[in-house]
Amino acid sequence: MPKHNVTATINGDETDFTCRTDQTLLDVLRDVLYLTGTKNGCGTGDCGACTVIMNGRPVNSCLVLGAEVDGAEIETIEGMAKGNELHPLQQKFLDHAALQCGVCTPGILNMAKSFLEKNPDPTETEVRFALAGNLCRCTGYDKIIRAVMDAAAEMRENAR
Amino acid sequence: MSDLNYAAPETVEAAVGLLAGDDTARVFAGGTDLLVQLREDLREPGLLVDIKRIAETRAVEIGADAISIGAAVTGAELGENAELKALVPGVVEAVNLIGSDQVQGRATVGGNLCNASPAADSVPALVAAGAKACIVGPNGSREVAVEDLMTGPGQTSLAAGEFVTHLVLPKPAARSGDAYLRFIPRTEMDIAVVGAGVAVTLADDGTCTAARVALGAVAPTVQLVQAAADVLVGSKLDAATLEKLAAAAEGACSPIDDKRGTAEFRIQVAGVLAKRAATIAWQRAEG
Amino acid sequence: MNEESRGRLGSNYQWVGKNTRRPDGVDKVTGRARYGDDMKLPGMLYGKILRSPHAHAKIVKLDTSKAEALKGVKAVVTGADIPDHEPAKPPYPPIINDFHDISRNVMAKDKVLYDGHAIAAVAATSEDIAKAALKLIEVEYEILPHVLDPKEAAEPGAPILHADQTTYESGSDAPSNLFRSSRGERGDLDAGFAEADVIVERDFSSEPIHQGYIEPMACVASVSEDGAVELWMTTQGHFVARQLLSKLLNIELAKLRVTASEIGGGFGGKTTVYQEPVAIRLAQKSGRPVRMAMTRSEAFRATGPTVGSRMTVKMGVKNDGTITAADAEIWYQAGAFKGAPIGRAADTFFSPYDIPNMRVAAHDVCSNRPKIAAYRAPGAPMACLGTEMVLNELAEKIGMDPVEIRLKNAVKEGDQSLMGTKHGRIGMIEVMEETKNHPHYAAPLGPNQGRGIAVGYWLHGGGLSSASVILQDDGTVNVATGNPDIGGSRSSMRAMAAEELGIDVELIKPIVGDTGQLPYSYQTAGSRTTYATGWAVVNAAREVIDKLRAIAAKKWDIPLEDVRWDAGQAIPTDNHTGIEPMSFKELAAMATKFGGAVAGHSEINAGGAGAAFSSQIVDVEVDPETGFVKPLRYTVIQDVGRAISPDYVEGQMQGAAVQGIGWALNEEYIYDDQARLLNTGFLDYRMPVASDVPMVDCVIVEVPNPNHPYGVRGVGEPCLVPAPAAVANAVENAIGKKMGSLPFNPPKVLKAIQAG
Repeated sequence: MPKHNVTATINGDETDFTCRTDQTLLDVLRDVLYLTGTKNGCGTGDCGACTVIMNGRPVNSCLVLGAEVDGAEIETIEGMAKGNELHPLQQKFLDHAALQCGVCTPGILNMAKSFLEKNPDPTETEVRFALAGNLCRCTGYDKIIRAVMDAAAEMRENAR
Repeated sequence: MSDLNYAAPETVEAAVGLLAGDDTARVFAGGTDLLVQLREDLREPGLLVDIKRIAETRAVEIGADAISIGAAVTGAELGENAELKALVPGVVEAVNLIGSDQVQGRATVGGNLCNASPAADSVPALVAAGAKACIVGPNGSREVAVEDLMTGPGQTSLAAGEFVTHLVLPKPAARSGDAYLRFIPRTEMDIAVVGAGVAVTLADDGTCTAARVALGAVAPTVQLVQAAADVLVGSKLDAATLEKLAAAAEGACSPIDDKRGTAEFRIQVAGVLAKRAATIAWQRAEG
Repeated sequence: MNEESRGRLGSNYQWVGKNTRRPDGVDKVTGRARYGDDMKLPGMLYGKILRSPHAHAKIVKLDTSKAEALKGVKAVVTGADIPDHEPAKPPYPPIINDFHDISRNVMAKDKVLYDGHAIAAVAATSEDIAKAALKLIEVEYEILPHVLDPKEAAEPGAPILHADQTTYESGSDAPSNLFRSSRGERGDLDAGFAEADVIVERDFSSEPIHQGYIEPMACVASVSEDGAVELWMTTQGHFVARQLLSKLLNIELAKLRVTASEIGGGFGGKTTVYQEPVAIRLAQKSGRPVRMAMTRSEAFRATGPTVGSRMTVKMGVKNDGTITAADAEIWYQAGAFKGAPIGRAADTFFSPYDIPNMRVAAHDVCSNRPKIAAYRAPGAPMACLGTEMVLNELAEKIGMDPVEIRLKNAVKEGDQSLMGTKHGRIGMIEVMEETKNHPHYAAPLGPNQGRGIAVGYWLHGGGLSSASVILQDDGTVNVATGNPDIGGSRSSMRAMAAEELGIDVELIKPIVGDTGQLPYSYQTAGSRTTYATGWAVVNAAREVIDKLRAIAAKKWDIPLEDVRWDAGQAIPTDNHTGIEPMSFKELAAMATKFGGAVAGHSEINAGGAGAAFSSQIVDVEVDPETGFVKPLRYTVIQDVGRAISPDYVEGQMQGAAVQGIGWALNEEYIYDDQARLLNTGFLDYRMPVASDVPMVDCVIVEVPNPNHPYGVRGVGEPCLVPAPAAVANAVENAIGKKMGSLPFNPPKVLKAIQAG
């Protein structure tokens, strides 16, 4: 059974792990490293619950092999808050009641964070298309879109 | 229990060696199709040969006469290439339609092509743009027109040990434009029910001097529709031309009923999309 | 709450009706919240299930010996390991838990009844070993003819799923897929139709719809050497799960401790057991904890969607809009085992209206599909679809505004539903008035655009609930209930407790207790939790207040009845001068010196939840060349009684609207000719994505329910009831053609546009 020794930077920490070829980055995060904040909703890249940021880009961690992340930088939901300080997106999701069951939330937060870095002043339509790869069955998306727009405004303000 | 192995060669030669040396080996690029197929036990390879660490597969080069796109360049990377987007907007848009932004960070042009789905979004646009796939293998390298690479659903003309390193597109002439449109039941996250790619070149008076029209998801492979191109060449984009174009497109369809749409619907929509894509390509050619 | 929300009654409450930051929020935005598959135990094994690829077949041979011999495999379970039970006997209650069926649905015994039916399971030291072991299990099938359509399945000569099932009301011994029917009749139907100026009769169909929760089923079972079982699972009701598991597996209730994980969506789908009995049996056999987590494909193939339906609806009106008669018959797909929500269908069809002559018949029919489960207002949205589409056509034919015709016939206090519910104070008229007056209803429409409205009725559930309000000596409070929080119930429990106690919500930490910690609570379903469990919380908080008043009375040495409670303080009555009130915090600190720690408990069986109504206005635009439907604007108007947490009330309404869009336009189960499910993932089971839908405006109407301490009615279900109908009506309005078969996907819409 082939195994791979991998070293990746995860939430800023150099992390070593061993995995089989068939284990995805999602499997590694959840079952090897116990970073269970990254969720498994479909395993086929259709729901976005497992979205993490890899080398600065959002990816479905279920569609990345653990074996291929050697040398990569990975950001997961566990690394989003800085100490006890929530990221503006996390804060706005709470303020706008933009979550219900919350299982899609980590993936949406990662997707939104990475999107706002590219497009800090998006329209509602742009936010909707950016989040099209993240299914939410509870909220109807309304409050999520509002929270992302409001977080974007605050982040623009903070950047001035 | 899984005996699946993984290798990430850094040269074309090493990749060919691995692929040729193991008949259970499979090329692994973005993985957005392959990992799903592995998960669903649709494929059971013994070795994944990751081609993303090979420089040739990762480069985009725009030369005097030709554009070269590495097979492992991702959709997101193409979308960020403003020069490429200005030259072949239809191709870039088509690649960017594949999946979500998360998928775009991984899905590659070569992977979309070699997965050999008749509904692959990039393929009709690449065919319309006149792209060729550059292939290496144990017996050296060769080029094949994109429309000839796929031989059936999930099937390509690649021989054992061969893989696509990059694609070459002719640099569009002046007053050229291309466009790709697809129909899906939602606004995102679906596989094309129909796809239409159109590329045109216009004379100064607006008459079409060259055209290529390709349709996806309406036959076992992506179709280059010569009859549709013939309608466009020599015409100006008037209502009568568009209707003839639609009829030619519909005539090229031999679709099936499946979970994504009926044959009847696909034929009709192929005509609609051909018209709409031609209109956009025309506008782009006129600048 | 959004600016545009209107219609809420003012109140003097400090916390009830106010938006606060949800108590579970921080854990959910940081990835800390632990869901079903987030529990990792030492020595945990991975369980996997082998599923049938056939829709209907006898199991001729099942040999697990090679799988058992594989290194790393620690246990194998087949149907023989799940105890068998006698079939349920009449008289049947409205909801039957037939353990003969449950046992066979959990794992097939002699035959498989649907694609995805479980036939064996393994537990191994890793997931890939478990997968490899499944491939070593040898199964031989004898394939039998199958049937998918409920109307066909009910016909004589259809392939029979259960040789021992007969039609209950028929008195016949002949095996039948039709298990039973629910019927209701009032007045004189023929006379009613004779009185009508216009009659419309139409056929409709709808497909099974999956709840589409993003978290697939997952659990971890652990069994100790003394037989005690601990189960961690994602569920809407761990007490109900325990009840089912106890009976099914013959485990004593007190030795079966079930803990509800954080739940990643349920919508009714997580109200029964599937792989949990298997996980327990694997844990019993292996002596190690066993984790089981379904894949998305398993969720689609093997867990219950809601029913699909075939129906005929006929209604008649006078030219002045009075509905004179209504008649409906509906066939529901129960899936492989009986249990379609037929009573709810009969109760829902015409219930927004006061109609003198009515008849409804609803049939519970088995077919070779996964056994259905609840989905938000089970049985109601399909029935509502038929009524609301026929009513719109009638309004069109007599030239009456669709809101006016609904107002004219609106059901009101004192009226009685077909199935016998005598209505107290209800809000149908208020909801329709808000609809009529909403700016959306009068907004102009562009070319290829259409507007639909529909109203839905739902009779809420009450039932058994329990709560503990536990006072800590620093003045903070834990509120424990037995209801998993699927939509923000912890916020509402906290708000009601804070209101009663007169303290800040931030001093209260609400939790969901496990089955060993609290008395029985029925599941989080039927929009009952804020109503029934909230009521228990109010009672428990009042018990705490009484105990604190008693402490104050002792301290002050005055009679208990001379201590009143107001705004978080014990206050002596006016006849006692010179005594300063004591605060909640002061009293909390004194409690242990005055007889012990303080807690309040309540166990209730809540009745009186009553009916609620939701009306929706939807605009769509249709591409006339492709049949593509784009929802442009959506407004939900709903009587909620009282909104305890308005943001979360809106969240329910908005979520339902988008689920309704999916149901109406694209979601369906697609089978091949062998009855194998073709769309087992989110790629082709097309739930709406963010770019498919508009913002959803909400109008919260508050006609307080006189039966509840805070006027609560329930929220989550009424808003889904009319949603598919409203969207469907909008599509018909846009294309000017009639359709009847959901989903209205692009091929069907294009065909309708082009039909003569």
